[in-house]
Amino acid sequence: MKAARKTGLVFFPAFDWAISETHPEREERLLYTQDQVFEEGILDIDGLVELKPGVATAADVERVHFCVPDAEAVTTKSHLIAAGGCMAVADGVLSGKLERGFALVRPPGHHAMRVVHGARGFCNINIEAIMVEYIRKTYGVDRVAIVDTDCHHGDGTQDIYWHDPDTLFISLHQDGRTLYPGSGFVGEMGGPNALGATVNIPLPPGTSEEGFLAVMDRVVLPILDEFRPELVINSAGQDNHYSDPITRMNFCAQGYAKLTEKLRPHIAVLEGGYSIEGALPYVNVGLILALAGVDYSWVREPDYDPERIRQDREVDRLVALTCDHLLELREGCSPARQRLLAGPEFVRRNRNIFYDTAGIVEEQRETVRVCEDCAGVVAIDSRADTDYRILAIRVPRKPCPVCVETGWRWFDQADAREYNFVCIQDGKADLYQVKGE
Amino acid sequence: MMLGLDVGGTHTDVVVINGKEVARKAKILTKQDDLLESVLFGLLEATEGLDPTLIQRVVVSTTLATNAIVEGRLEPVGVIVASGPGMNPAGFAIGEHFYPVGGAIDHRGREIAPIRDGEIQDIARRLKAAGIRHVALVGKFSTRNPSQELRMRELLEDGFQTVAMGHQVSGQLNFPRRIATTYLNAAVAPITRRFYDAVQRSMEHRGLMVPLEILKADGGTMAQRRSLQYAVETILSGPAASVMGTVAFADQGKEEVVLDIGGTTTDIAILVNGVPLLERRGISIGGYRTLVRALRSYSIGVGGDSWVRVENGTLKVGPERKGRAIAYGGPEPTPTDALIALGAETRGHRQRAVEGIRHLSYTLGTSVHETAEMIVSKTCSLILEGIQVLVDQVNSQPVYTIHQLLEGRKVAPKDLIVIGTPAKELAPWLREATGWPVRVPPDHEVANAIGAAVARTTCEVTVVADTALGYVSAPEEGYRAAIDQHGSQEEVVQLALELLRRKALRLGADEDDLTMELLEAQQFTMVKGFYRIGRNIRVRAQVKPGLISTYRETAA
Repeated sequence: MKAARKTGLVFFPAFDWAISETHPEREERLLYTQDQVFEEGILDIDGLVELKPGVATAADVERVHFCVPDAEAVTTKSHLIAAGGCMAVADGVLSGKLERGFALVRPPGHHAMRVVHGARGFCNINIEAIMVEYIRKTYGVDRVAIVDTDCHHGDGTQDIYWHDPDTLFISLHQDGRTLYPGSGFVGEMGGPNALGATVNIPLPPGTSEEGFLAVMDRVVLPILDEFRPELVINSAGQDNHYSDPITRMNFCAQGYAKLTEKLRPHIAVLEGGYSIEGALPYVNVGLILALAGVDYSWVREPDYDPERIRQDREVDRLVALTCDHLLELREGCSPARQRLLAGPEFVRRNRNIFYDTAGIVEEQRETVRVCEDCAGVVAIDSRADTDYRILAIRVPRKPCPVCVETGWRWFDQADAREYNFVCIQDGKADLYQVKGE
Repeated sequence: MMLGLDVGGTHTDVVVINGKEVARKAKILTKQDDLLESVLFGLLEATEGLDPTLIQRVVVSTTLATNAIVEGRLEPVGVIVASGPGMNPAGFAIGEHFYPVGGAIDHRGREIAPIRDGEIQDIARRLKAAGIRHVALVGKFSTRNPSQELRMRELLEDGFQTVAMGHQVSGQLNFPRRIATTYLNAAVAPITRRFYDAVQRSMEHRGLMVPLEILKADGGTMAQRRSLQYAVETILSGPAASVMGTVAFADQGKEEVVLDIGGTTTDIAILVNGVPLLERRGISIGGYRTLVRALRSYSIGVGGDSWVRVENGTLKVGPERKGRAIAYGGPEPTPTDALIALGAETRGHRQRAVEGIRHLSYTLGTSVHETAEMIVSKTCSLILEGIQVLVDQVNSQPVYTIHQLLEGRKVAPKDLIVIGTPAKELAPWLREATGWPVRVPPDHEVANAIGAAVARTTCEVTVVADTALGYVSAPEEGYRAAIDQHGSQEEVVQLALELLRRKALRLGADEDDLTMELLEAQQFTMVKGFYRIGRNIRVRAQVKPGLISTYRETAA
């Protein structure tokens, strides 16, 4: 048995970590997946390599996040190993030793936003973003696409890359009106300097293989082609499965494998998926085989019945409508950008962010410089009901001189007494600095 | 007294050990086309003039099963596999009579598709018609629930000489390896049995009335009368024998590298506290990946007889072997010639060795002495590279818990034990190259036979409990019982140790000499709809490779 594409696998089920004993994100989550992967003999396939995860450092975390009060306080070892697992896979792929990689790790990360006061949607730190920024720093990669196929909107990843025109973020998920986190609508298309680099495709409950694959063909693949990423990452959540206990979709193992085959991601990262017996063992096997280019035609759930989970006509109609609407809205990105450039230099937005897992409410006031030459400097005034208030400034990775100067001026002039601390992330200098603590 | 005999590719080595002393040792040439004769001749050499009743133990290690597999001299075996969903079973085809059939068990041991009786009966008829007398029956997840393999055996009815079942070969998960292991077990069982029956008979003839024991790839022994079920475990026992022969000289509290330097290759193994490391999943042989427990070793193409030449101005050693050393009448210079030229080794025809090296020295523009030193240094550095590869492999082994990842101790051996023909001569060079203490045990040239003589019986059991489904099971041992919802890990560990004890005794272990340890003990809370419904408990225990107590105590 030989893999068509050399594929690396980090398998880290964290058998000694849980949010709580009966929480979906618990020790048992990848137990049966491990059983299935081991029993299928997948790790013996020639061209499939099992890699040992590393442990991400505070510097890796702070390249992406502003952690309150600090990186150590908002992470456990398991989070750092999940991120380190992604980085180990990235090293394999980017060094050219591997063509594909899959980080089968837990806990997940795609609900973790730029500012982290605690856990949201079972996530503390964004393992994909930490990996992507590690890749950019280490291997000089610029244009990256992240396609999030978890059933929940990848609001954390969206938030981190909202202002970055060099990161295409596409999320397919169950409609936010019917599921946590309640966002991810078609109109969310990116910040003023990155309009169109965020793509949201909300799908109606009951969407099945036909719907997902149609969206791939009509929307995802054409946008990817147009964006021309150097690297494609898949946030491979598996909770669109028909047996998942916390969602209402009708996707299946065969569908996930076909989607993977169409998407051809360089690196896949496990996100959610809580049908730990009925779905994960089969979906993960299908995904690994599809990545590696091994026959997956025999992979199916024991209770798989395509008739029972077929999507109805109304779903067909709604999916087509969403695609039409999205493509139409995208036409407006470029004129909107022109209008923004002609408008005020700074654009502000106010938001409330709820940390469901940690039970924290955060209030953000974000200011971004509308910039013709770069992704624009951003400042976030963040106050949480934990009594923490911080000012976080981010200078983009490829900044223009004005944005660099503006960012550091904001940092220097901020009155640290108004905040617990003021911090700056300089994407170009790869620097994280804090004052006032 | 204990007798150990190891039939290798070139030599058959035999020793008789009295207390901790090697009372007798002999090295004879192996007759590859008649291994039985080699064994019998070895036994004769060792016991000549001895009172046979003084010999309390006889352990034999041969290349019989290894050769049969590597040379493809296997009995035809019908292989019937019930795979269920997952990998396409066509990719696991093995032998010429491979039949994927309906039937499936899931990861928790639940039947998800039944065996179709007619399908199995039909295959049984076809196999019989084709004259196939050996069958391997393998189901995916049969280690969780062997019922479908047992059902298939029932359906075969009589008429087959060997029926091997997957759940009996190992408790480990890995369906393709289980298929290969079960197949090989069925294929080598008949010849193994014929062979060792013949050895046992001729022992009795010589007045050796003790039960014969056979060495396995994990450096442990098993009783010959049990070898039919576990025939495949006798593969690659030779390298294991050599490593076991060094264990008595290992230091507690240390990590040591064992080098067995042969003519063509050097086998590298690692001892931690005197216990050899085992292969993670199982050993590979003749292109088959198996679940057979084996000592972890790494073989490199460098030995005393490696071909030494200059290519593009650089000195090359191995991996090819052109013949013996020039000093012993061979065609091309070798590391052994270099050692002889340097005066390190006094045997062999020194002048011829010097002449051989002189040719190379012309090309390199160095003196004969310098050239010989370069050859020996190169040989040592290749061996060092090999050690590093093995150490890296061991240390990069994946782990699955945070505790293991963060606390995982890395091996970093800093001691060498060297055996094999050029061991003594090469030792000072290896000492210089590594800066480590280097030891060459006494009688190291028959370390393999010593290892066979003094290795203890080893075995392993795997027990899985699913308290939600209410069962605890060790299919290898034919054990399955009910367990209530509150069954604990402690309870399952006790059961595993008891099953292990019984298995070890069945395989010939001494009741007073059972060193049992847990390899794995994990317990998972199983949750359904946010409520606890039970526990999933996995326990694996072994009698680890080591020395029998009588020898251990006297040798200490």
